[in-house]
Amino acid sequence: MNGRIEPMTGRYVHVDIGGEMHRIYFEENGAGIPLVCLHTAGADGRQWRHVLADAEFATSFRIIAFDMPWHGKSNPPAQWTGEDYQLTTARYTETIRAFCKALRLDRPAVMGCSIGGRIVLNLAIDHAAEFRALIGLEAADFQQPWYDTAWLNRPDVHGGEVCAALVSGLIAPQSPRASREETLWAYKQSGPGVFKGDLYFYRVDGDLRGRVQRIDTDVCPLYLLTGEYDFSCTPEDTRRTAASIKGARVTIMESLGHFPMSENPEQFRRYIVPVLNEIAKAQVSSKQGVHA
Amino acid sequence: MKQAPDEAASIKPFSTIPALLDAAPALIARGRFLDCECRLGLIDRPCFASIRSGRIVELTAQPALMRSWRFSFRATPLAWTEYWKPMPRPGWHDLLALTKRGEAVLEGDLHPFMTHLQYFKDLLALPRLPASKAAA
Repeated sequence: MNGRIEPMTGRYVHVDIGGEMHRIYFEENGAGIPLVCLHTAGADGRQWRHVLADAEFATSFRIIAFDMPWHGKSNPPAQWTGEDYQLTTARYTETIRAFCKALRLDRPAVMGCSIGGRIVLNLAIDHAAEFRALIGLEAADFQQPWYDTAWLNRPDVHGGEVCAALVSGLIAPQSPRASREETLWAYKQSGPGVFKGDLYFYRVDGDLRGRVQRIDTDVCPLYLLTGEYDFSCTPEDTRRTAASIKGARVTIMESLGHFPMSENPEQFRRYIVPVLNEIAKAQVSSKQGVHA
Repeated sequence: MKQAPDEAASIKPFSTIPALLDAAPALIARGRFLDCECRLGLIDRPCFASIRSGRIVELTAQPALMRSWRFSFRATPLAWTEYWKPMPRPGWHDLLALTKRGEAVLEGDLHPFMTHLQYFKDLLALPRLPASKAAA
């Protein structure tokens, strides 16, 4: 065999979500602390391929990225009859917890981006004890909308083209061309109405203003990292959110936008390495009975 | 406080767009199904652009009387100056970042704009010189 094979493996797990069985596709690599990665709206787990393939991360973490139902290689459930897909806070939270339970993950760390970053805040509010660390990329309790989501799914506009073109501006201009195109490709491939359905959670159902104050970072550490070129979830949105969470750690990432892990993996690595090292170190301290 | 750029200087790069577009066949191909009249440019003095099969066949500066248009994208002189920088600053780097921050206005029948959103983003970025050329 001459070809280079990447280290992650992909499989399907059947998960009961809301009383319906879902066939969920996930990829994983490494051993150690479970680290579950959540993709952005209208995309899929491929966004995490550089984190998944990172040999250094894989020595301390079992890195797992799954495709949400309706996304990537996770089909809609068999019972689906074609009605509009619409993600809610409750459904998203349930999906993540059910997936972690199905894999029997022991207090995983969860890292989510965009809608994944928002739901991480909800996990911190309501389920902090189930997780050992939470990382929100491009996360805030609320963001000001900047376009009408009705454009995302209508028969006279190409959904793939318009979804990709809308989010293209959220990528930092410094990002390598190939990574930029790869990030947009997922949006061009997304199923009809899926991005729009995800944004129901983001825009309508998942407003966490007034709730994030309940987050207790002593129970579960919370890291928030936002790219300076993200004008959807701006650095100011993240800072405002963090200001009401005692102990939340904020990093503003230079030369990055809304998709740090896929738009410029090398630049993102500089920022995520210290966070993952801290989580790994806490694990070692905990095993040795040392409490910070 | 930052000085607002001179309007005449701000509008000049628009006149270069048709020729820059003619030299960008991939962008013309992206707009091959696009025929429309639109207003592009400064808030106070937008240009009228006639687009046929992805090419700008006419670009008319104001004043132009009784022109019809389907959509309009107008921005402040500062917005265009920042947008055309070789490496634009955060929040000034995308057409919709400009509308979100209130430095640009998008109005009219948005259908041709939205069906060709990446085309218009790339079209209006054509005067953005690479850093190497800007420094020369």
